[in-house]
Amino acid sequence: MNELLTLMKSELVLTGIIFLLLFIKIGKGMKNETLLPLVQVLLLVNFIFGFVLNKEGRLFGDMFYTTSLIAFQKNILNLGVYLISLLCTDWLKKTPHLPEFFLLLLSALLGMFFMISSANLLIFYLSLELASIPVAAMANFDLDKKRSAEGAMKMILSSAFSSGILLFGISLVYGSTGTISLPEIAGRLDGSTLQVLAFIFFFAAFAFKLSIVPFHLWTADVYEGSPIATTAFLSVISKGSVAFIFMTMLYRVFQPLLDTWYPMLVILSIATMVIGNLFALRQQNIKRFLAFSSIAQVGFILVAVSSNDHMGSTAVIYFVLVYIFSNLAAFGVASVIAEQTGKERIDDFKGFYKTNPFLSWILALALFSLAGVPPTAGFFGKLFLLTAGGARAAYWFITVAALNMIISLYYYLRVVRAMFMDKNDTPIEPLKISAPVRLGMIICGAGIILTGLLSWIYDYIHSL
Amino acid sequence: MMEPGLYHILFISTALFFTGVLGFLTRRNLITMLMSIELILNSVNLNFIAFNKYIWPGRMDGLFFTLFIIAIAAAEAAVAIAIIINLYRSSQSIDVNNAEDLKY
Repeated sequence: MNELLTLMKSELVLTGIIFLLLFIKIGKGMKNETLLPLVQVLLLVNFIFGFVLNKEGRLFGDMFYTTSLIAFQKNILNLGVYLISLLCTDWLKKTPHLPEFFLLLLSALLGMFFMISSANLLIFYLSLELASIPVAAMANFDLDKKRSAEGAMKMILSSAFSSGILLFGISLVYGSTGTISLPEIAGRLDGSTLQVLAFIFFFAAFAFKLSIVPFHLWTADVYEGSPIATTAFLSVISKGSVAFIFMTMLYRVFQPLLDTWYPMLVILSIATMVIGNLFALRQQNIKRFLAFSSIAQVGFILVAVSSNDHMGSTAVIYFVLVYIFSNLAAFGVASVIAEQTGKERIDDFKGFYKTNPFLSWILALALFSLAGVPPTAGFFGKLFLLTAGGARAAYWFITVAALNMIISLYYYLRVVRAMFMDKNDTPIEPLKISAPVRLGMIICGAGIILTGLLSWIYDYIHSL
Repeated sequence: MMEPGLYHILFISTALFFTGVLGFLTRRNLITMLMSIELILNSVNLNFIAFNKYIWPGRMDGLFFTLFIIAIAAAEAAVAIAIIINLYRSSQSIDVNNAEDLKY
């Protein structure tokens, strides 16, 4: 009993918050102005509580396991959700169904926790569904907008289709190994044709969730149509958790099929970087622009995943941490602008620095970090990703990745130039920044600078 | 009369899977696309049960997996239909070709 409480600590705390919100919802209800700060405090407590009492062990007959590395991964996701609740305050206050939004969001987060901790294909599948079905409902949260419904429709259909493909892969794995426990599967894989076919189905499903290139088409539409809090959640938390479990699957379970998945990863990584970058070049809408840039970033994550060693997994976790700070800062600024003026086009950002210096600096810092310019943490993130990718001596592959970083520099700096240098007679008026949003942006900005400069953060992740 | 073996069932389930994929990719009606996804999931159910019965009869893993897939498929269909109804309210159509505000 005691073991159950300590090992499932993060899940239980989250479940407690979910039930509390549910009781508030079915009870008297609360005004958004009082409920939102309460939720923010609860999420902060949840994040701080994630640092203490971390134990390693297995539960439920080896279906669920946790290690200190997994606890750290969960806490990165906790941090991201807390920042989203701060940065999207403007939108959240206006939504008429605030408790439901957080119920869905935290259920999805709970699914991600179970997914990262799963040691059994059944738990993995159930938690993957728990992590993706509520997100589709969240995408439809602007109930009266057609674009929101359209994005949600694309999201639910593609996620249902991809889980169908995943299940077909799982059924073939079960047929050829006779077990659904992940450690046992790892011992019984021998590289037969049926297993390779099963792995390809498996890989395709992950590619859908991570929006790796031939399967990326839903991403931009869903990002553009959804409310911005959902978009931020999808692009950072969802991507991060799937990247973590993808890595675990490849390294721990499908290790015997290394010769199959290494070339697949290399080809798909290059395709993802190139196509993500080329499409990002021509975007005018800031949300679509960030969608394609996030596709390109997944390509860089795959570079490190292909290394197949401890350094690769450290680099990916570190990069996800940096990515949470930088991408959420960018989404936070976009959210403030979109909420108060309704403008989402990059051309509208011209002359933004004259009227809103604070927001301009935060957005510029975030974009520099996403592009990987040296003083920011994004540079160190990309550096570690590419170094890890070099472990297998595929130097041409690293060269292609580095060239792609140069292309990405162009489109990130295009936004910075629009804000700081382009002249505009009618720039966006000075915007009001409420206290929680300002706090969130300062945390993100500090994170972007300090995560790179404080070397013990990387060493800490490496030591886990 | 010949007893149906594993290969017969695998043939049916694979055919069902690819029928579902084809339907999902070619049909333009949202409800039909959902039905195609159900076909895919049912083919997986057949696979699990066949593998469990013919190759690994010792443990019930495949059977349990099937039960969970049926439950999750229902949940997924519920959310999908709610979203489709909401889309129908704003565009008066459940044809994919009319949902084209978001492109490129």
